[in-house]
Amino acid sequence: MRGRLSPFNVVSLTLGFAFLYIPILILILYSFNASRLVSVWGGFSTQWYFALLENEPLLDAAWVTVRVAFVTAILATVLGTMAAISLTRYGRFRGRALFTGMVYAPMVMPEVITGLSLLLLFVSIDLDRGFWTVTLAHVTFTMCFVTVVVQARLVAFDRSLEEAAMDLGATPWRTFVSVTLPVIAPAVLAGFLLAFTLSLDDLVIASFASGPGATTLPMRIYSSVRLGVTPEINAASTILILLVTTGVIVAALVTKRSVMMRQAG
Amino acid sequence: MPVVDKSSRAIGAVRQSFAPWNDPSARPLIRFEGVTKRFSDAVAVDSVTLDVYENEFFCLLGPSGCGKSTLMRMLAGFEEPSGGRILLGGEDLAGVPPYERPVNMMFQSYALFPHMSVEKNVAFGLKQEGLPKDVIAARVAEMLKLVQMERFAARKPHQLSGGQRQRVALARALAKKPKVLLLDEPLGALDKKLREETQFELMDIQIELGTTFIMVTHDQEEAMTMADRIAVMDAGRLVQVATPGEIYEQPRNRFVADFVGDVNIVDGTVTGREPSGLWRIAAPGAAGPLAVDDPDESLDPGQAVAVAVRPEKMTVSRERPEGENAFEGEVWDIGYLGDWTVYRIRLDDGRILRVTRANTTRFVERPIDLEERVFIGFLPDAAVILSS
Repeated sequence: MRGRLSPFNVVSLTLGFAFLYIPILILILYSFNASRLVSVWGGFSTQWYFALLENEPLLDAAWVTVRVAFVTAILATVLGTMAAISLTRYGRFRGRALFTGMVYAPMVMPEVITGLSLLLLFVSIDLDRGFWTVTLAHVTFTMCFVTVVVQARLVAFDRSLEEAAMDLGATPWRTFVSVTLPVIAPAVLAGFLLAFTLSLDDLVIASFASGPGATTLPMRIYSSVRLGVTPEINAASTILILLVTTGVIVAALVTKRSVMMRQAG
Repeated sequence: MPVVDKSSRAIGAVRQSFAPWNDPSARPLIRFEGVTKRFSDAVAVDSVTLDVYENEFFCLLGPSGCGKSTLMRMLAGFEEPSGGRILLGGEDLAGVPPYERPVNMMFQSYALFPHMSVEKNVAFGLKQEGLPKDVIAARVAEMLKLVQMERFAARKPHQLSGGQRQRVALARALAKKPKVLLLDEPLGALDKKLREETQFELMDIQIELGTTFIMVTHDQEEAMTMADRIAVMDAGRLVQVATPGEIYEQPRNRFVADFVGDVNIVDGTVTGREPSGLWRIAAPGAAGPLAVDDPDESLDPGQAVAVAVRPEKMTVSRERPEGENAFEGEVWDIGYLGDWTVYRIRLDDGRILRVTRANTTRFVERPIDLEERVFIGFLPDAAVILSS
């Protein structure tokens, strides 16, 4: 069924997209507002972006966020890929369904509960809250996304590729490095970008797991907004939106390209 | 009955010059000794004992699920036998991982590495051995020349056609000069014309290199064309191991007769043996007792047997043929295939026999038509008695 768009389709599409994106568009628009008042348009200006560069606390927060997201993405990718491999490869071990369910659970777990449980854990083992606790917390909830993405790729993976490599004299480790990993690389990269993006914009879990000196950008924005929305925050948010969008688009492109390669090959 | 001099006869028009399996002093390259493979509760391979000789083109033939692939995968090292031993050049392969076996495999899916060029695919095995770069390059070039793929060295697998991928897979599997090349349904993914061409190419390559080939297939035509010997498998067991000629002309039982080629099977009872050696068999539906020239000495009068006759070894005619062996019936279907015409003839009891006739002339005098009453005849040595 590949018909032309009916008027009904056009209307629903427009309404749907409007519903989703008008708030964001308004935010982006007001980040270029010359006026200090949020609700009054005072002409076009990029002054708030320059003001950002002088806002030390905000820049610090941004730097913390990027570092957290980067370390999180690396750890989540390694752990998530390992989980995906064991879940798809090691046959039907006892409790496999349970493990699969448990890996996916954090995706649907209310963030408040994840955050609270992590906070309790950190307090009970007397871990000082800061950069590493936020990172660990982010790894726990982003890992499952990596697992899902990589697992989807592994299920479609032709096992005879690995058998062929071993048949030609490659040890299991060499086989993994020179055949398995390159073939699933697009999914691993997509998982990495997804974890990075999710960590970048997380507020709830970071608020629970963070401590002094490790305020992330979403936390900083949220606390500033409580004192009143400034165009500066709009500008910061716009940059954040840009980063997240880029991450998601690149992840989608990478996945799509690998699917096309696979269908052709 | 004309007297035939049997001294110069051979079974089937097959290559006669190579037959190490008949030489008691020949040592097999590969020996399966009572090899069994169980998967949880199912037995995939059931105590198979089998010898394969050097330079042989050996084929494992059987329907899907008969255990032929499992047997081959055990030789490659992807599965460990649950019982028995596999010897290669006299050495037990138990516990030797796939990457240390001097055996290479060409996979059914070809399993070309999608992220590597043709050249890199072929070089992969050589690289694992840590050979110097120029040696690898020379060997890769040699292999690509062998399969006529030099021009495609830089292509990625997804830029190749099915036939080209098949060639690359072959080159890659042969690059390490394995003692044994395993081929898993090597031509299954090719269309008919290309498959026939490739069959003869593979045979040429096998003779040129002198490598032992073991092929798994469910396609009896492929097996018959290419193999020196065929092992027919059913339900995990070896049913018959013999040359294509023997498999076709002297099948051991109903399964082999039926699986390899077309066959008419008629049930009957042994009534006795003539001094000339012909067995007499009473078959209901036949125009008279049948005479079959079968060397089997172990039959007893009264024993229930089956008589198997290939369709091309039967004749169809309006008059009753000379000799005793005849069935009478009505022409039910005629299939004209160009080179052959297939007659399906319905006996009075409802059974249908197939007779084929080679169309050696372009014109036929008074061709036999549908619904005509006809006789089917065959010579005593055209039939085989199946006792089991």
